[in-house]
Amino acid sequence: MRGMSVLLFTLIVLAGALLAGLIGSLTGLGGGVIIIPLLTLVLGVDIHYAIGASIISVIATSSGSAAAYVREGITNVRIGMFLEIATTVSAVIGAVITVFIDPNYIAIIFGSILLFSSAMMIRKKIDRSDNDTSGRLAIFFKLNGSYPTGTGIKKYAVHNVAGGFFMMFIAGIVSGLLGIGSGALKVIAMDNIMRIPFKVSTTTSNFMMGVTAAASAVVYLHRGQIDPGIAMPVAVGVLLGATIGSKILMRVKAERLKVVFAAVVTFLALQMIYNGYMGRL
Amino acid sequence: MMKKDKNFPGDKDIEIILGTLLRVGVVASMSVVLVGGVIYLLFNHSGIINYGTFDAHKAKFSSIAAIFLGLGRFDSEAIIQFGVLLLIFTPILRVVFSIFGFLIERDYLYVLIGLLVLIVILVSLSNRLTG
Repeated sequence: MRGMSVLLFTLIVLAGALLAGLIGSLTGLGGGVIIIPLLTLVLGVDIHYAIGASIISVIATSSGSAAAYVREGITNVRIGMFLEIATTVSAVIGAVITVFIDPNYIAIIFGSILLFSSAMMIRKKIDRSDNDTSGRLAIFFKLNGSYPTGTGIKKYAVHNVAGGFFMMFIAGIVSGLLGIGSGALKVIAMDNIMRIPFKVSTTTSNFMMGVTAAASAVVYLHRGQIDPGIAMPVAVGVLLGATIGSKILMRVKAERLKVVFAAVVTFLALQMIYNGYMGRL
Repeated sequence: MMKKDKNFPGDKDIEIILGTLLRVGVVASMSVVLVGGVIYLLFNHSGIINYGTFDAHKAKFSSIAAIFLGLGRFDSEAIIQFGVLLLIFTPILRVVFSIFGFLIERDYLYVLIGLLVLIVILVSLSNRLTG
């Protein structure tokens, strides 16, 4: 990285973060997915700083949108709390080991997660939730719940709690390792393994993301990975973009945009993997 | 009036409190970051930065104590970091509030689960994990 004036750097990052927040709220991808390639590939920032800044944007956006969702009574606070045991422990583990990993390997892992996220984005979702008898663990931990729909309160049962818990552990490690929310992995755990309805799983995963990210953010902060000069424009930009995005979301057909964004994310993913493979980070 | 949920009568109130808490936390912390950011740009805008290689020793405000010390000097970077700290503590405070909520509901299993999550975060706060 060549030296750059503070003002220019701040403006570029602010604009990029705004775009990242906007795209993030339209597609459901986290801001980090775009902010980390921007900082590392375009601006030449060390990936460890990029990770520190990205996690701050994850906390800001997840807390901001969770505030709106939790009031609607869709979020299942118990499922969230229960799975947070797995995600906080693993997020701390991920944050502790990330600094010992070669930045090039981190870039390759990041790119692979990105590829996976973009595939998840365009895949057709199948709601497999039901209210059939669920396992003993779900009953013991009081995870089965209900949520308001257009046609009244709908009940659902939670399946395969142990499997979902394990998948959440993996999601937490990825989150701590890369400084992203790893929403795509959380969706796998909740939609596919635990078979929770979409509305509940997306809002609950968002609800959990803040605590998970906070656990690793504390480790990053103590290590000096959170630099105020980068964190400031990233946090402000992403939150601003996400707020604008949520306002226009109601007027835009997000489904068509998703294919375009999936292509962008795939491109970024391949760039990260290529640069990591060539040892340029 | 329809009774919402027989098992957890207090859930709705807790949800509203949690929602308000999260919103206030985000707005407050972002305001602090913004104030710090404006001061930072006013005094440092033409300075040259280079984030090319990560250096843990270059970080001025990498502990809560250091951030508060810098805050006393009205250091712009310390103000930004303080805002970041407030943001980090927003979801942590959410866990604390949830624990109280479950305590009121006498759901001791979830009081325990909440405490477990809190302990994990407190361990990460202990500063010994960074290596």
